[in-house]
Amino acid sequence: MMVLAAEHFVRSPQWLWYVLFYFFFAGIAGGSYAVATLLRLSGDVRDESAARIGFYVSLVATVICPILLTADLGVSWSRFWHMLIDVTPGDTGLNFKYWSPMSVGAWALLVFGFFAFVSAAEAWLSDRRDRPLVPPLLNRLFNVVGAVLGIFIASYTGVLLSVSNQPVWSDTWSIGGLFLASGLGGAAALIALLMRYRPDAAFSLGRLHQAAGFFSALELALMIVFFITVGAAGSLPRLLPWLALFALAVAGVAAGLVGARGQMRVMAAGGSATLTRVRLDTVTISLLVLVGVLALRAAVIFSAQ
Amino acid sequence: MATTIRPGETYGFFTDTSVCIGCKACEAACKEWNQLGGDSPSFLADSFDNTGNLDAENWRHVKFIEQVPDQPAATGNGTAWLMMSDVCKHCKHASCMEVCPTGAIIRTEFNTVFIQQDVCNGCRNCIAACPYSVIGMNQSTGTAHKCTLCYDRLQGGLEPACAKACPTQSIQFGPLAELQQAADVRLAALHSQGVAQAQLYGRDDKVYGGLNAFFLLMDKPETYGLPNAENAKLPSRNDLGGYVAAAITAILAVVGGLVAFRRRVTG
Ligand code: SF4
Ligand code: SF4
Repeated sequence: MMVLAAEHFVRSPQWLWYVLFYFFFAGIAGGSYAVATLLRLSGDVRDESAARIGFYVSLVATVICPILLTADLGVSWSRFWHMLIDVTPGDTGLNFKYWSPMSVGAWALLVFGFFAFVSAAEAWLSDRRDRPLVPPLLNRLFNVVGAVLGIFIASYTGVLLSVSNQPVWSDTWSIGGLFLASGLGGAAALIALLMRYRPDAAFSLGRLHQAAGFFSALELALMIVFFITVGAAGSLPRLLPWLALFALAVAGVAAGLVGARGQMRVMAAGGSATLTRVRLDTVTISLLVLVGVLALRAAVIFSAQ
Repeated sequence: MATTIRPGETYGFFTDTSVCIGCKACEAACKEWNQLGGDSPSFLADSFDNTGNLDAENWRHVKFIEQVPDQPAATGNGTAWLMMSDVCKHCKHASCMEVCPTGAIIRTEFNTVFIQQDVCNGCRNCIAACPYSVIGMNQSTGTAHKCTLCYDRLQGGLEPACAKACPTQSIQFGPLAELQQAADVRLAALHSQGVAQAQLYGRDDKVYGGLNAFFLLMDKPETYGLPNAENAKLPSRNDLGGYVAAAITAILAVVGGLVAFRRRVTG
C-alpha cells in the first residue's frame, strides 16, 4: 500500500518558550511523583528518603506549571480559569471535553496539584517525626492514584500536540508516550542529582540509575517510532533543521543508558544495586539527561512551527 | 432578490471562483464593516496579492494563484490566474470548535461558527487545529479572531458585507440548501461548456461533514491551499492512538520501575 504524504495548510499556534518550559516541568512533576511512588511501592524502608525527594520535586514543578500556562495567555492571562468554567452567557457551567486534551489536562493539573501538595506535605511532616504520619497502606493507595494522574500530566502534553492539524505533531501518535518516557527519565535523573543534598537517600542511587536507564531505552524506542511515523507522513524535512536538538535528546538518552550500564557493572563486580556510590559521575549524567528532556520537547515543538 | 434571514436556518457562502476577478472588494468591505485595521502594508514580492493570508486582521482574503507559464502558450482558458476569495468555512465538523477548551467557539442560531470574544482566553488551540489557517490572534485583545459570517448583520436581517460588495456574484450568500442547488446548476453549466476541471469543494459531506462556506474551484483543492478529502481530518483522530501509546508506555515504565526498585538482599 502506498503511504500518502499528509498535506497541511495550517498556521502555527506560536506555542513557544512558556509552553516549552511548561512541557518540561509537567514531565518532571508527573514523572517525579510516579518515580517516588514506585520507590515506595517496590523499594524498602531505606528508599523512603529518595521517595520523599521525588514528592518535593513534584510539588515544586507542579507549582511552576500553572504560572507558565497563565503567562502564555498574554494579555488574556486573567481568564486562565475559563479553561475550567464556561462563561458563555446563558450557558455557564463547568468545561470538560474528554476529546480535547487541553480541557482534560487543565482539570488533571488541578487535581494532580492537590495530590502533589498532600504528598509533599506528608513527606515534610514525616521528615519531622519518627513514625509515619499516615498508615502506610492508605498512603500508598493515595500515591497510586496520584501517580496515575502524574503519568497523565507527563504524557498528555504530547497527546495535545498530536490532537491538532499541525505537521509533525498530528502526523504521529507517539509523542504522548515519548514525553512520558523522557519525563520519567528526567525525574529519576533529577532525584539522583538532588541526593547530594540528602545523603541518607543515596542508598537508592544505583536503583535510580537503573530505572533511568530503562526509561531511556523506552524513550529511544519511541524516538525511532516518532521518526518512522513522521517520515511516513512525509514531514521528515521539517525535522531536519532541528537535528541538533534531537542529537542533544539522544545524548540525554545515551547518558541514561550509560548510567544504568555503569550500575550493572558495579553489580556484576560483586557490588549491589544498593551501593551508595556509583563509579560514574551522577551530576554529569543527570544534567545530560535533563538537558535531553528539554531538547526533545524543544525539537518537537519547534519543528512544526 | 434580498434574502430573508431567519434564526434556526443554516446560512453560508457559495464562492464561485470561476468568476472572481481579484478586485478585493470583499476584503475591503469586510474590513470596513468589522472595523479591522488590516496589517501594516507589505510588499510580498512573490505575487500581485499583498494581503498574504487570512489572519486576525484579514477575515476575507482573495488568493491569487499565479500559474503563468514561462513560455508563451496557446490561448488558455483562464487557468494561468486562479483567484479565490478565501474565508472561514464554517465547517459542519469544525476542528477549531472541537479542541477549544473554554467553550468560546459556538454555533450560532444561523448555524455558523462564532468565537465569543468575552469567553476566549487566547490559548491558541483553535489555531493549531484549523486546517485552513483561518484564525489569527489579535495581540491587543489577546483573543482569537476570524470571520463571524457577519453575525451582527445577520441578526439585523442584513446579508454579510463581503457578499453584498462582490461585483461579480462570485460570493453568494443565502440559505445553504439554496446555495447548494445554485452550485450544482453552475457546475453542470461549466461542465457542459467543456470546463471539465471545475469542481465543487465542501458541497458534500466529504470534507469536514460539509462546509457552510463552500467553493467552486477551477483546479484541485491543493492548488488553492485546501486539504483534499483524504487529508481533511479532525484533530480528535489522534486521541485514541495518542492515549493508547501513552498507556502502553506507562505500563512498560511502571513494570521497569518496579523491577529496578524491587527489594533486594543487600551484600
Ligand atoms: S474553517 Fe477553520 S476556523 Fe472556520 S469553522 Fe472550519 S476549522 Fe473553524
Ligand atoms: S484561543 Fe480562544 S477560541 Fe481559540 S481555542 Fe483558545 S479559548 Fe478557544
